[in-house]
Amino acid sequence: MSTMIEAAPKASPDLIGAYCCIVQRDLRLALRRRVDALNTLVFFVIVVSLFPLSVGAEPALFRAIAPGVIWVAALLASMLALQRLFASDYADGTLEQLLLAPQPLGVMVAAKVTAHWLVAGLPLVIAAPLLGLQFNLPADSLGVLVLSLMLGTPTLGLIGAIGAALTLGLRSAGVLVSLLVLPLYIPVLIFGAGAVEAAASGLGAGPHLSLLGAFLAAALFFAPWATSFALRISME
Amino acid sequence: MLVATGLECVRGERSLFRDVGFSLAPGTLMRVMGRNGSGKTSLLRILTGTLEPLAGEIRWHGERIAALGDGYRSELTYLGHQNAIKDDLTPVENLLVSERLAGTQITDTAARRALQRVGLSGFEDTPTRALSQGQKRRAALARLESRKTFGLWILDEPFVALDTAAVSELRKIIEERLATGGIIVMTTHQDVPITSPAVHDLRLGA
Repeated sequence: MSTMIEAAPKASPDLIGAYCCIVQRDLRLALRRRVDALNTLVFFVIVVSLFPLSVGAEPALFRAIAPGVIWVAALLASMLALQRLFASDYADGTLEQLLLAPQPLGVMVAAKVTAHWLVAGLPLVIAAPLLGLQFNLPADSLGVLVLSLMLGTPTLGLIGAIGAALTLGLRSAGVLVSLLVLPLYIPVLIFGAGAVEAAASGLGAGPHLSLLGAFLAAALFFAPWATSFALRISME
Repeated sequence: MLVATGLECVRGERSLFRDVGFSLAPGTLMRVMGRNGSGKTSLLRILTGTLEPLAGEIRWHGERIAALGDGYRSELTYLGHQNAIKDDLTPVENLLVSERLAGTQITDTAARRALQRVGLSGFEDTPTRALSQGQKRRAALARLESRKTFGLWILDEPFVALDTAAVSELRKIIEERLATGGIIVMTTHQDVPITSPAVHDLRLGA
């Protein structure tokens, strides 16, 4: 029983390994807590589906409001999911261990946001075209809608991570996170919904999508670093 | 070699301790004592680098720990009040993940052996949520098995929630590490006799 276990030789910090390890762990956790993961999607579907029921049956109106409605719902759903990003790791002490691991915290934050997006963001992207059909959106607009969400929702997750990290452990974290990240979410919303509108009106969504791509690139570069910084402050 | 000089800690408005210093050579056990609220956990967190002291500095092998960064963290094992165990994962899964992140990759067999050593045979694949407090603590302690090469162990109340069998097993693990030149800093309220080449007692808030 008390056999000595020869510890494996200490490997140099393996960034990709650590990244994959956290993504895998968080996906496995999400799989074992499916209800949590479904929350976001259900909220998104409900909000979007309520609009056709409440604004009357005018096909032209539907088509006009569809991009805005779907994008606002996606934004709110992303915001709602933010509280789950670090909360459980914070509560059970895993986050403290992550801070003490010999890998750059930014890599681990990136891994957490990736897993979070796969669980909370990707389902929205997949469900969006179905919801778009409810609004009688034409096929090419649906394509642009998916593309814009594909570029936009990871940006929302990355920006939101900074807010989630800053408000960690606070009692009114939910409200505070919304106030903190909303100003940064608005450009994404404007260009996301704008892309679909532009496509529907025949202007071409290229410029909007390029800007969304630029937002994503900037967020990928800065957000993990800013989030790590915020986490270290919150954990003091 | 872990050297701390002139450490001062203030939480909120209250000054917890000031001018705390010590020098620990390999093979030394430092027991941090003091009543509740005297800043034991804060001192440990300062030693891990998570908490910034108001004054003073800590050097590991002559270099400031802030400058060492990941280099220091790769030699450090911290066991806090919280077990850092995921309730939805099994003890084996928990251990494999934590070791991967600590940079000590262990195999599935090694993980099972470590869990057996801390007395979790038969529970390796049970979701941790179904385990008792003491068993969860044991699952956390299993990490120490694969961290034998780490120079510094910082343990916050490691004996809490453990039964006598686990206490004596942990005592053995601690003694083995001290005998092979590790430095261990720990807080404890229980009076567990540990044979060690060198013991340093630090009393806070005296």
